[in-house]
Amino acid sequence: MPARSLAALAALCLIGSSTFAMAQDKPTDPQIAHIAYTAGTIDIEAAKLAVQKSKTQAVVDFANDMIRDHEAVNQQALDLVKKLDVTPQDNATSQSLSKAAADERAKLSTLDGAAFDKAYVDNEVAYHKQVNGALEGLLIPSAQNAELKSLLETGLKLFQGHQAHAEHVVAELK
Amino acid sequence: MRAVIHLGAAAVLASVLAAAVPARAETIQVVIEKLVFSPAEISAHVGDTIEWVNKDPLAHTATVKGGWEVMIPARKTVSQKLETAEAVDFYCRFHPNMTGRLKVEAR
Ligand SMILES: [Cu+2]
Repeated sequence: MPARSLAALAALCLIGSSTFAMAQDKPTDPQIAHIAYTAGTIDIEAAKLAVQKSKTQAVVDFANDMIRDHEAVNQQALDLVKKLDVTPQDNATSQSLSKAAADERAKLSTLDGAAFDKAYVDNEVAYHKQVNGALEGLLIPSAQNAELKSLLETGLKLFQGHQAHAEHVVAELK
Repeated sequence: MRAVIHLGAAAVLASVLAAAVPARAETIQVVIEKLVFSPAEISAHVGDTIEWVNKDPLAHTATVKGGWEVMIPARKTVSQKLETAEAVDFYCRFHPNMTGRLKVEAR
């Protein structure tokens, strides 16, 4: 996903919410759950593509780690919304994330070999940076339910590790 | 009189023996939550048991490079009996930014 998209997302989010009667600038818990789940799914999809296409062990290993961790967190998110009897709610941020991810996938699918590796891992660095920024700056402070907040905090810690791992792989590819 | 002396000696002997017998083995809990080991610095003795309590929805490991590894599944507790005196750094193989240090002393 291009680096500008989260700033755009944040803006979209603010604009979108100003149309609500209460003029809230924070996403609601059902929206946060939807955004977090969508963000995880996007990274899983990208990783599956990398496992399929990359011939570089470090890249495949990284991608497999992404699948394992994001699936675990997403499963936890599903269990939580079920327990809380909350229906995740689609929203402008989720839609914008999905749109950016579709564009990125289209780009990645045209690439092969070293060009693919570089584009995938570079994007993983940028993507995790953006998601972590959104978690830290918007989603965690906005979350009302303590368990949801806690899960997001676990996610942040985890994804900071992913970002560092991706940066490490970028350096290794050079 | 002689019996009294013997009794006294026996008491002394008993207390000496008691001091020589190792203190009871302990169980030390290390909680893993939000990808952090706490405590991250563990002091223990040979014969003690570590209980790795994983509160995260993710599997973690406690791994010593070139040494042992304990696999700790999501939301599970795993016990590890400490058999060897050693001072080692450990980390999670899945999430290498999770680190800790274990010092096991002879009893
Ligand atoms: Cu771990």
